[in-house]
Amino acid sequence: MIRFENVTAYYEKDTPILHNVSFAVERGEAVGLIGANGAGKTTLMRALLGLLPHEGRITVDGTEVTKKTLPEIRRKLGFVLQNSDNQMFMPTVYEDMIFGPMNYGLSREEADARVDAVLVRLDLTELKHRHNHKLSGGEKRMAAIATVLAMEPEAILMDEPTSALDPKNRRLVINTIRELPETKIITSHDLDMIWDTCNRVILLDRGTVVADGASQEILQNCGLLENHRMELPLRLYGR
Amino acid sequence: MNQMDRSLLALREMDILSAGDSPVHRLHPAAKLLTTIAYIAVTVSFGKYQLSSLLVMILYPALLFSLTGIGVGTCLRKLRFVLPLVLAVGLFNPLFDRATLLTVGDVAVSGGVVSMVTLMLKGAFCLSASFLLMATTPIDDLCAALRRLHVPPVLVTLLLLTYRYVGVMTEELSVMTDAYHLRAPGQKGIRFAAWGSFLGQLLLRSMDRADELYGSMQLRGFSGSFAYAGEKRFASRDAAWLVVWVLVFALCRIFDVTGVLGTLVMGGNR
Repeated sequence: MIRFENVTAYYEKDTPILHNVSFAVERGEAVGLIGANGAGKTTLMRALLGLLPHEGRITVDGTEVTKKTLPEIRRKLGFVLQNSDNQMFMPTVYEDMIFGPMNYGLSREEADARVDAVLVRLDLTELKHRHNHKLSGGEKRMAAIATVLAMEPEAILMDEPTSALDPKNRRLVINTIRELPETKIITSHDLDMIWDTCNRVILLDRGTVVADGASQEILQNCGLLENHRMELPLRLYGR
Repeated sequence: MNQMDRSLLALREMDILSAGDSPVHRLHPAAKLLTTIAYIAVTVSFGKYQLSSLLVMILYPALLFSLTGIGVGTCLRKLRFVLPLVLAVGLFNPLFDRATLLTVGDVAVSGGVVSMVTLMLKGAFCLSASFLLMATTPIDDLCAALRRLHVPPVLVTLLLLTYRYVGVMTEELSVMTDAYHLRAPGQKGIRFAAWGSFLGQLLLRSMDRADELYGSMQLRGFSGSFAYAGEKRFASRDAAWLVVWVLVFALCRIFDVTGVLGTLVMGGNR
């Protein structure tokens, strides 16, 4: 469904962050993108979403990511930002959720129906008319996921979805992610969360793919992780 | 809570007020907007000595305060920084216009005093009407109404984003002010020498935030103009509200309603 072919992405032309990255994600896969700070995880997502210039070829369902195809690409991909405050810019959860569907030309009734369905699906009905600034961190993160699901994307990209959450809210977000049937690409330093939610892991280091394989295979490879400035998931330390 | 947090809360309080429920809240935003514009236009059109005629214009804000349940105190609190400026506009009139215009008992009142009070009342009335519009209409609905009235989309989007961006800027400023004071205990305000880097950082940080927000909007299909979620149908009661008030304002402007009422009351007492 998503294909990177020799992709180089950059913020400034002279200093690329991603170097010749190639991989493919099939429909329904849950892929964890891991790597130390500065490895290029967020850059990769931003390039996929057309928020950063790139060289090489990125395709989504065969459509190449270009300026012209961005509306089509973005309709298929939902992005949950690391900082929910940056994602939730409308006064209430409802208004934020309806923002995407309305922009894509849905009628008020259709958009309302979508919002209600997503809120029921995530068990967030009581948040519907709450003001965004009055939500707790966990509620805000769940609401941010809801705003993206309201667009009914085919794939969901999440940037550090469990960062800055307490254990209970972290577990809630993990369970929610696990139950999402959509294709998922998740970046995180929380390797336990990646273990729980992803069946495949891509390890990035300094802008290149250094490993790509089954989650449990890569996440248990202490040498590989340490060579690339990472550590084993906490759950493996007791073994 | 620092000053910035208080400002942020004040801003959000307007969002909360506007999300309330009252007969006025339920009116179509365009009806409220046009009524407010008509009110302000009529109010400012009174002559500088038409104090008694102007007094009747208090009717509109007074009725709105009563219908919405919003306290006059809330309005005064929100306008506490602007009201003094408006009230100060006519402060020098008594010095320049000393001719006696009327006498109250044995006290001669100069034209300057009358024009000063007239100016002050005009300002206070217009500000309270604007406040009531904002306090009963969410900003998105107001922008939707502006679009409906064919205000160019660029201006409307600019207005909406500015309103939102003030909140973002204030949040950043709040975080930075806290960080500053935690490492500058006992210092009042921000040292003048630190202003340059402080403002520079604020600009860079708010640009980053704005960039992220804009990215988030783009990813959800935003392409330059808002698809307003809260667009309502302009019903007959909205039209009635607008027409009745415009007629009332026109009557108040054409006839000296206060004078007529005064004559009736005084006549009745005789």
